[in-house]
Amino acid sequence: MLSEILIDIQGLSFSRGDRPIYRAMNMQVQRGKVTAIMGPSGIGKTTLLKLIGGQLKPDSGKILFEGRDIPRLSRSELYQARKKMSMLFQSGALFTEMTVFDNVAFPLREHTKLPESLIRRIVLMKLEAVGLRGARDLMPAELSGGMARRAALARAIALDPELIMYDEPFAGQDPISMGVIVRLIRELNNALGLTSVVVSHDVTEVMSIADYVYVVADKTVIGEGTPEQLRNDPSPLVQQFLRGEADGPVPFHFKAAAYQDELMELTR
Amino acid sequence: MIADRLQRIGHSTISTVAGFGRAGLMLFGALLGKPDFRKGFPLLVKQLYVIGVLSLLIILVSGLFIGMVLALQGYNVLVKFGAEGMLGPLVSLSLLRELGPVVTALLFAGRAGSALTAEIGLMKATEQLSSMEMMAVDPLRRIIAPRFWAGVICMPLLALIFNAVGILGGHLVGVEWLGVDAGSYWSAMQANVDLYQDVMNGVIKSLVFALVVIWIALHKGYDAVPTSEGISRATTETVVTASLAVLGFDFILTAVMFGG
Ligand SMILES: Nc1ncnc2c1ncn2[C@@H]1O[C@H](COP(=O)(O)OP(=O)(O)O)[C@@H](O)[C@H]1O
Ligand SMILES: [Mg+2]
Repeated sequence: MLSEILIDIQGLSFSRGDRPIYRAMNMQVQRGKVTAIMGPSGIGKTTLLKLIGGQLKPDSGKILFEGRDIPRLSRSELYQARKKMSMLFQSGALFTEMTVFDNVAFPLREHTKLPESLIRRIVLMKLEAVGLRGARDLMPAELSGGMARRAALARAIALDPELIMYDEPFAGQDPISMGVIVRLIRELNNALGLTSVVVSHDVTEVMSIADYVYVVADKTVIGEGTPEQLRNDPSPLVQQFLRGEADGPVPFHFKAAAYQDELMELTR
Repeated sequence: MIADRLQRIGHSTISTVAGFGRAGLMLFGALLGKPDFRKGFPLLVKQLYVIGVLSLLIILVSGLFIGMVLALQGYNVLVKFGAEGMLGPLVSLSLLRELGPVVTALLFAGRAGSALTAEIGLMKATEQLSSMEMMAVDPLRRIIAPRFWAGVICMPLLALIFNAVGILGGHLVGVEWLGVDAGSYWSAMQANVDLYQDVMNGVIKSLVFALVVIWIALHKGYDAVPTSEGISRATTETVVTASLAVLGFDFILTAVMFGG
């Protein structure tokens, strides 16, 4: 029987040098659902995805993927686990020296021994799913930002992963391609039976597609629930973030000496 | 004051040693394990083209001019002693023992080394390396290893081509222009150049330079701060560090090979 929980993060702590990014954080991702992780920029959302992917090792805590603790896996076990997950990077991260077709075919050629004719069929199917079958012979540099992200999405689903992690999929998109990507995430999740983790700070888009949302700030989860539950969350921190208010519990000003004192200092 | 300076020296020593450690780990990760020839060979061929063939033009032109200049300068000195018959050995030995390997390595660092650093730094900055890793493909094996081997194979060959063209350039100036006897140019060269002492030692030198330059170039790219400034700094560092390292190793190797 498959467990309902695909990713279980328990007591995760992680620091970059002396700077703590996460402290004793807990989080769970349900299988088959779209789970969103929201939080202000620089809070460590990309870092969290890299921790789940095993590119970074936590200082302490567990990151269970299908019940196996990612940081404890051996190198070959980790590579095995990574074949079941894929990550859509913020920039798309298409290989610049390959065509769109070869980009999508890359994971298939690396990890399967399928004949080229079959690979071709799979690649075209994946490209069709993101609406880029006609762009297969273009180089990544010839794609618009939105198209590049969709091409990267086709590559990410090439091996039919269990889990797909989106890093800021909406950042820097025009309204149309934003809508396209929102729809794609939802459709792929339902049609392919994927589990999706969406990291973002675009509140409206996230609230419209997520089944469950975590709000991360101050090194840990400050609020969680379905979008409906979150809108009614009493925490002022969560409300500030959801409404996008400049000042509140999260201060607008970077920590500094009192303004008056500094002005006085200048006149002295 | 003194404690401050000591601290700074200690800090830079530690970061230098740590840098060597990371560079070593990178190479180790790239070259360890059984190579997959089916996938690796096409990648190697592509890099041989990018690193070797595309460096050919600059090597040919530089070799020709260095050979011509050597002949011109050498002739002016030799003719005073009536020894212009020794122009052949002068040109060929200078090239085979020193100028061929060294100048090739310096040009290689500038042409191929800087390009490699920028390429890999850019792959890092655009998350291509990370995404490859997330696709369960090791970027060290896939990106670093073929470039390393291509560099190690190409540079000695480029140095030999440089030597050959340089000797022809010397012939052009010495024989065709300044009127040194063609027979003596070639026969004196034949009599004075030793296969092991001169040719092989030159090849060994350029093999060592190849390892040094390509290792530095790959490491600087792989270790670059993934921003535009970081990449441009890494590219500069590759050229400077690799050039200095080549000159330093050249002195050591020359002392060992020809010193005694
Ligand atoms: N390679 C790195 N080395 C050191 N610090 C880093 C590195 N990558 C990110 N950081 C820092 O870690 C923090 C979290 O980064 P990130 O996970 O990218 O945030 P987010 O994705 O939420 O914007 C940032 O403050 C960033 O400066
Ligand atoms: Mg980020």
